Amino acid sequence: MRPFDYIIPKDHAEASALLAEGSGAARAFQGGTDLLIRVRGGFIRPERVVDLKSLPGMQEIRLGKDGWLVIGAACTMNQVAIHPLVRERYDLLAQGTASVASYQLRNRATIGGNCCNASPAADTAPPLFCLDTIVELYGPGGVRRLPIADFYVGPGRTALQRGEFLTSIHLPPSPTGAQGVYNKLGRTKVGDIAVMSVAVYAWPAATQSGLTWRIALGAVGPTPLRAPEAETALAADISPAGVVAAAQLAAGASRPIDDIRASAAYRRDMVRVLARRGIEKVLDLTGLRDLSGLGGAA
Amino acid sequence: MNHTIHFKVNGERYDLSVPGHHTLLQVLREQLVLTGTKNGCEAGECGACAVLMNGEPVNSCMVLAAEADGAEIVTIEGLAHDSQLDPLQDAFIEAGAIQCGFCTPGVLVNARALLNRNSDPSEPEIREALVGNLCRCTGYIRIIEAVKMAARAGKEVAG
Repeated sequence: MRPFDYIIPKDHAEASALLAEGSGAARAFQGGTDLLIRVRGGFIRPERVVDLKSLPGMQEIRLGKDGWLVIGAACTMNQVAIHPLVRERYDLLAQGTASVASYQLRNRATIGGNCCNASPAADTAPPLFCLDTIVELYGPGGVRRLPIADFYVGPGRTALQRGEFLTSIHLPPSPTGAQGVYNKLGRTKVGDIAVMSVAVYAWPAATQSGLTWRIALGAVGPTPLRAPEAETALAADISPAGVVAAAQLAAGASRPIDDIRASAAYRRDMVRVLARRGIEKVLDLTGLRDLSGLGGAA
Repeated sequence: MNHTIHFKVNGERYDLSVPGHHTLLQVLREQLVLTGTKNGCEAGECGACAVLMNGEPVNSCMVLAAEADGAEIVTIEGLAHDSQLDPLQDAFIEAGAIQCGFCTPGVLVNARALLNRNSDPSEPEIREALVGNLCRCTGYIRIIEAVKMAARAGKEVAG
């Protein structure tokens, strides 16, 4: 591996200053599971890697006074996946983090790194999009917060400015009765990168169908995507026909490409299939599937 | 720029000077000559380099040596004690779970971590825990058998 200096900054300001120095000369480092591969491959040639994970709060998960859950950016996938509050209130995110690669890789890979790598296939992204996540950034201009959808700018591109880094991930209080399902298609049952994925999330609300919905899609666009038309349709209609129609709308929201892992057409059709399965499973979990007109016949 | 690290490997203390870009895997193999830990893919895929870091399995090719400052590392060389094999090692021999052997150190380390957190794993749990350990010889069946055998042996000892 091409030589670089490894630096542990003493505080946020030093970390920011180190990252801002030189163009591309310094790289933020947490779990290293993406960075080291890219250095080895010669895709990036950092002179310095700045290890952010010892900065205060970076490896903590805490419940804020306002009821928001704050996850430090350097929390590992396993740390998030097994955390009691995540499992109890944000099981959708636990599912996403638990689906990443292998157990030992999840001991290194971090949730913040997954966001900053900005892969459209990032397994934490569809859950975070459904959960209306806010990310907190620290940089030369101070602290700022962004909705997760504004953080993802394009494949491998984020809203991070020079000298800025992701410090924490903020999840709003989960609505009572919320249920979520993350469905991921890989070449193998577990361990593989997503060919595509669909997160479905819903909670009881005063809509026509009795639920408000979030649907987010992975690896079918330049960034993770929401499927707003499908969400609106489900707020009105969760009959079997309504579910089929919403799944079709979700497929319509996708903007996939052909690549080594799948064709665009296949990905789009799998959005339809995984969205339908996800919606049906969420209806089961919320206990509303019987009201959908299926009755005992299904 | 070199870093001085103080860490424990298989119970022994070491103070080493390591370059910032060297991985834990490199330092274990090249400075400490603990060559039981294998260098496979160097991409976090194959698991041949798995070691325990503070009790949890990691791919040592994905850890910078400088990060191991203050850590406790257990490699395959640290599984046996006083020439007494780990029950998993006995089970691997008994089940014939080793062919070429290249993946075996990583599989054993990762399986040890599995049994430490779950003394009675189901077959799907074993398969899921070992998804990051590639074996191109055995077809995995005997590896899974061996982990089950070791779990049973552990229960008999405990019971």
